This record gives sequence, C-alpha cells and structure tokens, in this order.
Amino acid sequence: MLKISGLKKTFYRGTVHEKVAIRELELTFQDGDFVTVIGGNGAGKSTVLNLIAGVFEPDCGSIELDGIELTSLPEYRRASLLGRVFQDPMCGTAADMTIQENLALASRRGKHRGLRRGVTRTEREQFVEQLKTLELGLEDRLTAQVGLLSGGQRQALTLLMATMQRPHLLLLDEHTAALDPKTAARVLALSQQIVEREGLTAIMVTHNMRDAIQTGNRLIMMHEGRVVLDISGEEKKKLTVEELMARFSRASGEALASDKMLLA
Amino acid sequence: MSHMLSSFLSACPGAVSQGILWGVLALGIAITFRILNYADMTVDGSMCTGAAVNAVLLLKGVSPLTALFAAAAVGMLAGLLTGSLHTRLGIPVILSGILTQLGLYSINMRILGRSNLPLLGVEGLLSLRDPYHAILVGSVFALAMVGLLSWFFTTEQGYGIRATGSNAGMARAQGINTDSAIVLGLMISNGLVGLAGGLLAQYQGYADVNMGRGAIVIGLASLVLGEAVPFLRSHFSLRLFASIVGAILYYLVITLVLQAGLNTNDLKLLSALVVTVALGLPTLRQKRAAKRAQTAALHKNAPQQKKETV
Repeated sequence: MLKISGLKKTFYRGTVHEKVAIRELELTFQDGDFVTVIGGNGAGKSTVLNLIAGVFEPDCGSIELDGIELTSLPEYRRASLLGRVFQDPMCGTAADMTIQENLALASRRGKHRGLRRGVTRTEREQFVEQLKTLELGLEDRLTAQVGLLSGGQRQALTLLMATMQRPHLLLLDEHTAALDPKTAARVLALSQQIVEREGLTAIMVTHNMRDAIQTGNRLIMMHEGRVVLDISGEEKKKLTVEELMARFSRASGEALASDKMLLA
Repeated sequence: MSHMLSSFLSACPGAVSQGILWGVLALGIAITFRILNYADMTVDGSMCTGAAVNAVLLLKGVSPLTALFAAAAVGMLAGLLTGSLHTRLGIPVILSGILTQLGLYSINMRILGRSNLPLLGVEGLLSLRDPYHAILVGSVFALAMVGLLSWFFTTEQGYGIRATGSNAGMARAQGINTDSAIVLGLMISNGLVGLAGGLLAQYQGYADVNMGRGAIVIGLASLVLGEAVPFLRSHFSLRLFASIVGAILYYLVITLVLQAGLNTNDLKLLSALVVTVALGLPTLRQKRAAKRAQTAALHKNAPQQKKETV
C-alpha cells in the first residue's frame, strides 16, 4: 500500500522562478491498484513520481510504501522497492553495456553487490526466456550493446528490467510518449500484460486520455499541483474522453488547455 | 638517414620500456575518462605522490616491491580525496581533481624534502640502464594490472562502476550507490597512477616534484593512440590492453621526433596537439557527416556521392 500525506514541493523557492509543483497531496493506493495519472503540462504528474523515487526531496509530507517511510531514504536505497520506466527511452538503460549486462544489473536491484560474477550462465538462460516474452527478438542478441537498440526496444527492455525484481510499486513516467504510435501501443500492451501477470501495484503518467481511460482500475487527474479528479471502478470503465474533459473543466474551473491532450 | 635510423633503433628499447610504465598510468586514465566518464585531474599530482613515497621508502631501506604497494596505496588515497570532494561536498568534477592536484604539490614537496630526490645507492626492480630487463618487469606489472581490471570489471561491483559511468540516473534506479561507485573508480584509477609513478621513479633512479606535470595529457594521448589500433577494440580486456600499446606507440613517436631534431621543450606542445587532434577529429567528422546528410536530403534526386573512407 502506498500512502502519501501532506506532500508539498516548490521549486526555486524564494526566487523569481518560484514554482509550486505539488500544492498539497493526499493519496492512498491499495495493493494491486493500477493508477493512471493525467493532467496538463506543469500539473505535477512527473513531480509526484520523482518524489516517490527520491530524485528530489519534498518540502514536507510523507510517502509510505508497504510500511516503509521512503522520504528518509536516498534514491538508490528506494530502488529496491521501486521499478521505474522513464519518458526518455535512453534513460532507463546503460548504452555502453550489453543487453545481458543491463539485465544483470537489474536482477541485482536491492541486493548486495560484491565481487561475484556480474552475470552468470544460469542468469543468461533466464534472460533468454524473459526476453522471449517481449517478442522483439532480443533473446538472440544478449551480447549486443544496448546503445544499438531502437527507442522502443530499449523501452521494452527497461520495462523488463523494472519488473525483474518484483517491485512494490512500478512507476511509469510517460513511458510511451517518445515512441511512434505503433511502438507506443506495443509497449503499453506489454506494460499491462506484465502488471496483470505479476499482480503489481503501478502508477502510469500519460498525456493520452484514451490510454488513461483504457488502462488500469483507477484514474487520477492533476491540475496545478493537486488532484482534481479521482475515478475508479465501474465509473472509470464507463468513462469517455468527452465526459472526462467536461468533468475536468468543471473540477478545475477552466477549459482543458493543453494541445497535447486534445490531440491525443 | 641510415645514421638516424640506427640511432632510432638503438633508442627503441628505452622508448618501449618507458611506454610500458606510462601504459600503467594510461590504464588508470582509461578507467576515469572512459569507463567512469569522469575527467579526473588528480593524476598530475597523484603520479608524483606515488613516485615520492616510493623513493623515500626505498632510501629508508624498504623493499622495492613494498615501496610500489605503498605508491599505489597513496595514489588510492588521492583518488578517495578527489572523489569525496565531488560526492560529499558537491565540488564540480574538474575542480575536485584540480584542488587535489594542487594540494598534492605541497605534500609531494614535504615527502621529498626537496624538488629532486635521487635514489643513490639503492636498487629498484627495474632501471633505464637495462631497458630489456625493464621491459620484462614493466610487462609483468602492466599485464597483471590488465588482468586484474578485466576480472574486476566483470564483477557486480565492476558492473556498478560501468553503469554509473554510462548512465548514473539508471544506475541509481537499479539501486547502485553512484557516489560510492565514483569514489571507488577514482581510487582504482589513481592507485594505478601512483603505481606508475613508483615504477617510473625506480626506472629513472630519482623522484622529481615536477615529474607528474602533463601526465594527464600523455596518458590521454596514449589512450587515443591505443584506441586507434584496429584489432584491439573487440573485447573489454583488449581495450584495456590498448592503453598500454598506445603508451608504447606514444614513446616511439616521441623518440622518433626527438631524433629528428625536435627540441625537448617543445614536447609538451606536441603532446597537447596530438590529444587535441585525436579528441577533436571525431567531433569534426560527425559535424561533416551531419552536414553531408543534410545536403543529401536536400538534393534527394542528385546522384549519390561515393562514400569517403576516412
């Protein structure tokens, strides 16, 4: 269970660039929740994910995951609990290392790293099986440099790496936004498949309203650093893009301005 | 002409032996500049610290091998300092190394007691008086280091350092303490640099407070020369080995130009030029390729240009 309470974050405090990113956030996710998060630019969606991951510190508030207070842990220590996929496909993998080396790094997430072999033969066999599930032919290219792969391939690999060690929470930060439509659909389908198969708790930030409605069991809309809509269960299943937009303008008191969202 | 050739050939063993010892330093630089992606400026100081500690210990009657271990150890301390300046105090990468390097100058003077300390009356493991023996001893050290590093960088810890250098954000997301990885990488690198300093002090028969000056540039020049050798790229350990080969090539080239009558004082300028060209060329090539691709896109119907092989 994820419990966020009293969370606040302001960037560049005390300067002319001061920007309130998270005004006040209270959120509770049950185990197995797959939550999609939408909202315009600067709504605070990615900030929430980065605060959970520990990329930066909140001004105040607490983030508790399965009884563990995250805010007191540095980013690399939180990694044992979290799986992360980023918007930029280049961010989630080490380009100078091979596919099997990247996977081996991920399979040791949260474990002690000593002077044992970085990747073992048994692991390599497991990696082949796991890569087959991606259906991208990567299982034949274990020793290929990740830098040679396409954005979609790298994103699928990142997804596999994020879920290899079962995460308490999977963070998907607009992870399909930088991909072409066909690849984006494939990576999204893969994400759903993995989350369902493993019964993971997950948060997916997206700009695409249709994806947000069709994916997961709960939808949250953020606006100016706050949650303005929280829809789940049967209500979410019946939701349409038009209705969502109408409810957004009622909740936020203004029309949906983001071109990106309208086009999506 | 034949006189020049014969004098070059007679100078070759000396150049090769010196190259191998500088190759150990180039290995250290490969770890920071290539694997860790950290432009470490500590080298100019830590190399001399290694040489100084080694010289003083030798004169105190310590065995040459123990003195070399000590040289490597103080090198690692210098790396620890630079790494801590960056990771604990948030001092920028380049400045962290420069601060250590500058501070080490005073420390090196303290260790040596004067600017030049000759190793009178003591024997090291190797000496420039017997270059063939020096090549043998140097090769044992250099190959042992290549072997040790090749092993280390296939361990979990080694993977952590490589991932940190390749993509620090990803490394943290995979639970790697990137600060520790940076410090550890700098320690290993400067340990090698200190060892190279110690070996060179024994080889030359003295330690000098200025012997590290420009060491980074010589190391980098060796690195890029080694990378230019075509059949040393395919494997990780071969790429490490290439640094040693590069340093040997570097000293052969230096010997050649000195024989051709170049002033010794102009050497540093030459080294700087070699590194500038080697590091700058890929960028210029990329720009030219990008421009060519642009022009090609503009004139899609024009006949295709023959690909130039550079």
